[in-house]
Amino acid sequence: MSKIAKKPAGKATRKTSRREVGPAMMGSDILVKCLEREGVEAIFAYPGGASMEIHQSLTRSKQIHTYLPRHEQGGVFAAEGYAKVTGKAGVCMTTSGPGATNLVTGIADAFMDSVPLIAITGQVPQTMIGKGAFQETDMFGMTLPVVKHSYLVTDVNDIPRVVKEAFHIAQTGRPGPVVIDLPKSVQQSRTQPVFPDSVNLRGYDPEKRADEVALHEIVGLIEKSERPVLYVGGGIITSGAAAELRRFVEATGIPVTTTLMGIGAFPETHPLSLRWLGMHGAAFANWAVAEADLLLAFGVRFDDRVTGKVEKFCEHGTIVHIDIDASEINKNRKVHLPIISDIRHALHRLNAILAERPVQRKFNAWHGRIADFKAKAPFAWQLTDEVLRSQHVRDHMGGDAGEVILPQEAIALLHELTGGDAIIATGVGQHQMWSAQFYKFSQPRQFVTSGGLGAMGFGYPSALGAKVAFPDRQVVDIDGDGSFLMNIQELGTAHIEGIAAKAMILNNQHLGMVMQWEDRFYQGNRGHTYLGDPKNARQIYPDFVTIARGFGVPSERVMYKKDLRAAMERMLESSQPYVLDIATPYTEHVLPFIPAGRTVSDMIIE
Amino acid sequence: MRHTISVLVENKFGVLTRVAGLFSGRSFNIDTLNVAPTEDPTVSRMTIVTRGDDATVDQIVKQLEKLVDSIKVHDFREGEYVDRELVLVKVGVDSKSRAEVMQITDIFRAKIIDVQPRSLTIELTGDESKVGKFIQLMQTFGILELTRTGPVALPRT
Repeated sequence: MSKIAKKPAGKATRKTSRREVGPAMMGSDILVKCLEREGVEAIFAYPGGASMEIHQSLTRSKQIHTYLPRHEQGGVFAAEGYAKVTGKAGVCMTTSGPGATNLVTGIADAFMDSVPLIAITGQVPQTMIGKGAFQETDMFGMTLPVVKHSYLVTDVNDIPRVVKEAFHIAQTGRPGPVVIDLPKSVQQSRTQPVFPDSVNLRGYDPEKRADEVALHEIVGLIEKSERPVLYVGGGIITSGAAAELRRFVEATGIPVTTTLMGIGAFPETHPLSLRWLGMHGAAFANWAVAEADLLLAFGVRFDDRVTGKVEKFCEHGTIVHIDIDASEINKNRKVHLPIISDIRHALHRLNAILAERPVQRKFNAWHGRIADFKAKAPFAWQLTDEVLRSQHVRDHMGGDAGEVILPQEAIALLHELTGGDAIIATGVGQHQMWSAQFYKFSQPRQFVTSGGLGAMGFGYPSALGAKVAFPDRQVVDIDGDGSFLMNIQELGTAHIEGIAAKAMILNNQHLGMVMQWEDRFYQGNRGHTYLGDPKNARQIYPDFVTIARGFGVPSERVMYKKDLRAAMERMLESSQPYVLDIATPYTEHVLPFIPAGRTVSDMIIE
Repeated sequence: MRHTISVLVENKFGVLTRVAGLFSGRSFNIDTLNVAPTEDPTVSRMTIVTRGDDATVDQIVKQLEKLVDSIKVHDFREGEYVDRELVLVKVGVDSKSRAEVMQITDIFRAKIIDVQPRSLTIELTGDESKVGKFIQLMQTFGILELTRTGPVALPRT
């Protein structure tokens, strides 16, 4: 056996295992006890035939509050929102069959964005598996490509081990979703549970640490460089390395750009911040990376929305890539110095090295060049003729075109009114990009968004999850009319559970991002991107205020700029959930814009 | 480039699907795949023969290593492993050709495991070149059916 266990054992496995034996109980009670032992306080769970036994057990838990979403997808997005703002695994649960399939989008999202998630699904009784039973789906098989790991529990005695392992796997290394599929017969079996206090996974070693030689090499590269740039991502946030990053930046003077997932890893108000880069990122960040002679890529994965044509990305620079996931190294971009490491450890050691041997080189010329870049193309908006001539202004502004509200300025106003301190969730599309552009983030875990998967409907449920985690913080979902509609039923969850997450809809009556591509690449031909009522285009459709009222959620619509500030203040002051529906023109495009697969030289700025 | 990759995995439900899905989901090719338990019944060894450029094989190995249920992955280099494949081949024969087929079988140290009036079923183990050569020779007599395991491999040291 020892011959085979060649992977080094993780920390948890080295401890002598102490087990605790509980009194005999049912599988469903054992599961809930296990969740309690993992410190779970909130679960987002929608019951059904194959999971109701667990719901019965949950009613007896004093520690876990069960939130009932109004759709399973809302539940999993809420669990993700909870996980993204806390760093702890979010937990959701559904029944088998359709309940389980409704989770798949959220699981795929968690996989793409490395969100720690425990997705528990009921399964039909073991004797029925494979018989085409009512509400039977092969959840284990269906989710295989989008999980970090998964379990189909076939023995009630395995529940404590499986749950312990699932949380360990979900929350360590590069986090991700773990599915636990639990047949009803297992839930209803009785046994005396044995709770392990550690896990023993010989094939799983999440602790990766850079060796010192490689880190010294980085310092050497910095000393030799003239135009270094830090390109940092979600890994910084996941590993809790934001403070180490800031020390490193201030010790070296290297400008920092983040990915969309890395927003908040470095304060965007800091003079060395280049904000975020990529397709709709800051022009100055993209220019800086294009000119860089040293790119320090920390906790990133060279996503195509960041790199554009990947061979041309930082074409002439030396690239150092540090990531905890070995499979990300040389996957999308071949790099010069690959290092497999937890980024917090690497930055901590780099800072220690720099403390002993400070960087001599100053990058004054480079800072000057970047200041020029920043001055040349800041994130900005303007009231164009196109807006003034738009159908929106003709139909909705009552002849007062100057009162039109641009989506960008609504977000900038939200930033001002919240002092930049709110947790912001988003759906997917133009409003998502503008949120990232015009809300300036200063802390990690402040921006909750579906990056890799780009799942519309993510905004409001994830805002609910965030608000459950931090009831005392202001949580605002900046959403589009299309995205918001996709999980609008969660207003019910918000009202019934008293979760005061706010929704600010930038309502342009269109699927804005697709529309923007139509305008740029399809001569403006609309391929089913209009979400309003073509028979009555003057009326904004649907009427979100009426819908919100139906859910018992206060709401108002704003048409004119003069009303915006007061309305937004009412939204922010509300102690209840609130929907602010802001009518905006559909003519706005998200800029800058590097078309897919192109390079920074093709960037559209105006 | 062809690569022979050996993977030690937990002998658990679903592991084969995880490995197969890992390949299909990335449009990586599997030429052959062989899996069975090792000396430790909780561990299975998979031998996978795949082809791809260096970057592809590098990804395959890393993705295999990333699986929670994989214990050890080894991308064998030329000369550092031994491999063998088992082939069963049913050859059509008549009274004239039977003797010649038996002779060739002898030369290859293969074994006749079933004799029928119009066919012989032959078992052969060997490396890729031996197996290929034998099949080529048998084709001249007419192969009725053939099945092969794909290689299984072990490191030399």
